[in-house]
Amino acid sequence: MTAEASDMLAPPTAPAVRGEGIKVVYRRRTAVDVPSIEVAAGKTYALLGASGAGKSTLLRVLGLLERPAEGRVFIDGVEASGKDLATRRTIAAVFQKPYLLRATVGANVGYGLKLRRVPKREREQRLSDALARVGLAGWEGRSALTLSGGEAQRVALARALVLRPRILLLDEPLSYMDPLLKRSLTLEFAEILKSERVTALYVTHDRDEAAVVADRIGIMRDGRLVSEGDPETVLTLPTDEWVASFLDAEAPAEGLVATSGEGVMTLACGDAMIIAVGDLPLGSRVLVGVPSEDVLLFEHGVQIPRTSARNQLDGVVSEVAPAGAAMRITVAVGDLRLASTVSRSSAADLRLAPGSLVTLLFKATAVRVRPRDTIAPIV
Amino acid sequence: MKVYYIAIAEAWRLLTSGDALVMPVIGMSLTVSGSAVAMAALIGIPLGYMLGLSRFGGRAALMVLVNTSMGFPPVVVGLFVYLALTRWGPLGFLDMLFTPRAMVVAQVFLATPLVIGVTASAVASVARDLRLQLRALGASRLQEGLAIILEARRGVMASVIAGFGAIISEVGAVSIVGGGIEGKTEVMTTAIVANVGRGDFGIAMAWAFILIGIALMINVALTTVQNLGSAYDR
Repeated sequence: MTAEASDMLAPPTAPAVRGEGIKVVYRRRTAVDVPSIEVAAGKTYALLGASGAGKSTLLRVLGLLERPAEGRVFIDGVEASGKDLATRRTIAAVFQKPYLLRATVGANVGYGLKLRRVPKREREQRLSDALARVGLAGWEGRSALTLSGGEAQRVALARALVLRPRILLLDEPLSYMDPLLKRSLTLEFAEILKSERVTALYVTHDRDEAAVVADRIGIMRDGRLVSEGDPETVLTLPTDEWVASFLDAEAPAEGLVATSGEGVMTLACGDAMIIAVGDLPLGSRVLVGVPSEDVLLFEHGVQIPRTSARNQLDGVVSEVAPAGAAMRITVAVGDLRLASTVSRSSAADLRLAPGSLVTLLFKATAVRVRPRDTIAPIV
Repeated sequence: MKVYYIAIAEAWRLLTSGDALVMPVIGMSLTVSGSAVAMAALIGIPLGYMLGLSRFGGRAALMVLVNTSMGFPPVVVGLFVYLALTRWGPLGFLDMLFTPRAMVVAQVFLATPLVIGVTASAVASVARDLRLQLRALGASRLQEGLAIILEARRGVMASVIAGFGAIISEVGAVSIVGGGIEGKTEVMTTAIVANVGRGDFGIAMAWAFILIGIALMINVALTTVQNLGSAYDR
């Protein structure tokens, strides 16, 4: 078989959603400027960013709910617009507020099916399945206006899922929930998105929520995508100072691949040498980060226990700050800055304060490395 | 006080005696104002929807125009319609003056701004994001509009009630374009005016009671319709 023929027989690999040269302008202010974005079929892509970053606008554009000033949107490889009702009907959405109609739960969930003229019997079956899916089996007859926030948002999710959409848009669906409910619903949503194998675009400003639901994350700032990739890399290896502070992570260090071979590299980051896993070519410029949870911290001079951790660096504490229930200790190793998360009691035991001498210990596998200029930093 | 007793007795007599002149007058009132409000709803609800939800240049000016015409004096509207329909007027060839059709036309002009104005503010109070949500569930433009109107049904119904209330009780327009011709274009309000003119205060009062009673019954019916589905409210 020739290469051409095999190409033709290859399974369709077009991403479920693709945006090209998307530009949205509101009153001469550029709200979104994204040259290219792709969401793979069956995957969940989280758009992460602060309020006003353009996440929701980009979501509406990719979901054919808003026309961009410039650019094109492709659904399953075919250019589409909001005028194509049939294409639009393969997409469903859940927004920040549930926006339920003044009617019963059943009428709300069945609304989209009615629009699509699904026969009554099938409609009722799908409706009760969808309600069961979100844990509200048998709630058809209740008034939608007497529900609590969490219940209403579940109804909104059922209303979208019942349509069996190819693409599901979720625009900060959990931002109005209290933390406890949010955590449980985040897990539930993630589980539902995985099991339904739906292509999802998930907008949120919460990195933990994004980490739970997403297969891929894009971070937006001022209408632009400033970082994109798998959750681990994106969340632990910020592309610049701003992304680092947004993610409450350590700014990445710049480094050079000093040695490379057999899947192990030595990275020169200022004066420090860090051992990492990977096989980038010698001399490559890279961004280096180590998640603070993976960094163990010891008093300087104590006997370090024997471990498989290959990186052991001495440094000086530069900052001690609370991070949730724990403490985040920032340590300067020459020009390089690394952070370690320790419990509050450990921080007190070690009497950590700026100026303390410490030793950091972490595994080569904990080191995140990405080639420099994968995403151009904002200047 | 005597005039009230006479009036009540007269009203009862008018309604129960089967007076051949009474029922046609009531019927004419209901037919003219009923068809006028139905037409006003057909014209006014879609226009009110567009005015309430669309954003376009001149929308504010249009809203002022609608709000102003909501308070237009019926005699003025009657005069304009008269001048249009009179034999030497631009629509004189229709030969409609002093007919119930002319009265309907005048009342449509009176009721439509009310329907537009009240509908516009009712649909505007429905969250804009609900439209986005409806579109995101696959609604076409028409389906989206219907759902929004259904969502704002109380306000939309209120617009119809306000329109009907305004025209069933007005006398200025119907008397100018209808002439209040007994047995032909006489309605309840023109009957009151005519009887006052003749000094028959008892009969005038009787008509007033009948008018109020009928308006009350119709509003009870419309309000019941308006409240259908209120079970879903909090």
